Amino acid sequence: MSDVEKIATRMGFAEEIIELGKENPNIYVIDADLGKSCKTTEFSKTFPKQHINVGIAEQNAAGIAAGLATCGKIPFVATYAIFESTRMLEMIRQEVCYPRLNVKFAGSHGGLTPASDGASHQAVEDMGVLRTIPNMTVIMPADYWSARRLVRAAAEFDGPVFLRFTRDAIDVIYDEKQTFEIGKSIQLRDGNDVAIIANGDTVRIALKAADELAREGIKARLLDMHTIKPLDVDAVIRAIDEIGKIVTVEDHNIINGLGTAVCEVVAELGRGKVKRIGIPDRFGESAPYERLLAKNGITIENIAEQARRLLA
Amino acid sequence: MQLKKRTTVHELKLIANDLRKKVVTMIYEAKSGHPGGSLSAADYIAAVYFREIRVDPQNPKWEDRDRFVLSKGHVCPVLYAALAKRGFFDEELIHTLRQEGSFLQGHPSMVCPGIDIPTGSLGQGLACAVGMAIAGKRDGKNYRVFAVLGDGECQEGEIWEAAQTANKYELDNLVVFVDNNNLQIDGTTDEVMPTLDLGDKFKAFGFEVYKIDGHNMDQIVRTLDTVRLRRKSHRPKCIVGQTIKGRGVEFMENIGGWHGIAPKQDEFEEAIQELDSIDEILALEADEQ
Repeated sequence: MSDVEKIATRMGFAEEIIELGKENPNIYVIDADLGKSCKTTEFSKTFPKQHINVGIAEQNAAGIAAGLATCGKIPFVATYAIFESTRMLEMIRQEVCYPRLNVKFAGSHGGLTPASDGASHQAVEDMGVLRTIPNMTVIMPADYWSARRLVRAAAEFDGPVFLRFTRDAIDVIYDEKQTFEIGKSIQLRDGNDVAIIANGDTVRIALKAADELAREGIKARLLDMHTIKPLDVDAVIRAIDEIGKIVTVEDHNIINGLGTAVCEVVAELGRGKVKRIGIPDRFGESAPYERLLAKNGITIENIAEQARRLLA
Repeated sequence: MQLKKRTTVHELKLIANDLRKKVVTMIYEAKSGHPGGSLSAADYIAAVYFREIRVDPQNPKWEDRDRFVLSKGHVCPVLYAALAKRGFFDEELIHTLRQEGSFLQGHPSMVCPGIDIPTGSLGQGLACAVGMAIAGKRDGKNYRVFAVLGDGECQEGEIWEAAQTANKYELDNLVVFVDNNNLQIDGTTDEVMPTLDLGDKFKAFGFEVYKIDGHNMDQIVRTLDTVRLRRKSHRPKCIVGQTIKGRGVEFMENIGGWHGIAPKQDEFEEAIQELDSIDEILALEADEQ
């Protein structure tokens, strides 16, 4: 194994938000007593006038963010993805998405990454829940650099955005020169035998699966679909037109996440095949993070196997 | 902009009665809406919009304006009537309430000039008002934020989350009014879920509290004067107005059933007649002075 650098994507958020705060006094961070976990403590010390801590009271954090946004601020609400997507849901809906206010939700501990914390803290449905709300943009960066770049892109975008980060350290797969655009996937491997569309912490796994397939002579096109809404529909259509077979991979409930979004496009095209890999509509549990991924089939082996089956 | 001359108590009474007539008319014409709470909040909203609030109807997004958050969003007819009367939009548009294509949505939407935040689902407005008040203080602006809450919606937990934040950040630019009409959809607040003394509760949350008769214009005006003078007290303000749901239309008064239904034609005519007679009484009152 090569020595790949591993960094949690929440660190990418934490570092970029400081840069943004320095550049623009309207950038605010709202914590809900999880600053230490979301790594926003340094922001709060550096920019106390751009920081609010509402305590363990997430619902009003969303409302406060909405109020701030009507006064020209660009608030980033920082807490766990599960609290943002479910505890604050109706406030996000009525006060942020309905008026399309410029509020960002920075959700740490996405997917199965808060592994030992168990099901209460593992956000397996967050992206799906928020994808359904009109006007919301939903993003999960695949590594440290994409997290930094997409946090910046979210700050520059006018409208509600949910960004989902990992608690755990994951491989750094991009370098700092890589550019990112909301709603535009990144092609990490080229190929015309099968397409693999992954997002977030599963991209690093899909990357290894694509390389394993390459060793067998199967050329997989790998897309990092960091934005599931708006989805890069053109890239999905190209994958169907040019290849016709797609494996999707996500650290999320199989319902209403990346795989579903891809299937919506493919079903309406009326051609092509999709195999979804994700959490099969069940809660998580306390266990090591990589073990939880394995239990849900989010492994190099299973991605490669599902690709082979599509080709068979 | 503030109105050039402070409106008198007598003038405010006339305005409140005019708002009530418009509320009844709008809801009658729309064949749906919430008359009870609109009527109970009418006196306070008249006082705020025609004496207190600094807004510019020609420039509804003016950065330094006072903000207004109607947390009990279902009573928006009375707010729409006030906004129209202040010139935010053509007064004729009040007849489009709840109609397709109208910006006078069933519950407030930001597409309507003068609406600073959407509301409707209860319990959410105070947090938004807190966000606006924090922004004002951090930016060194002089604007204030007026939030109107229902007593029933104070059963929502988020209200108290926002109240504790208002205390933490010493939001002396925040003025909360609780329209304490003691009624909600399923019965009295005591039957459904006792709110206990809301003034005492807000006091416990660090607010300066003023308990008043929410229909006594003299008291409303004097309280708003006091609150304005205490602008720099480092504490948020809460005015608890004891009110009567349906106030001004006798057959609606204190009847929970008038929470969310429209009057029929004969009821509408009776209501307008009664409100017209209030105008006559107010005219006599003026003569005596």
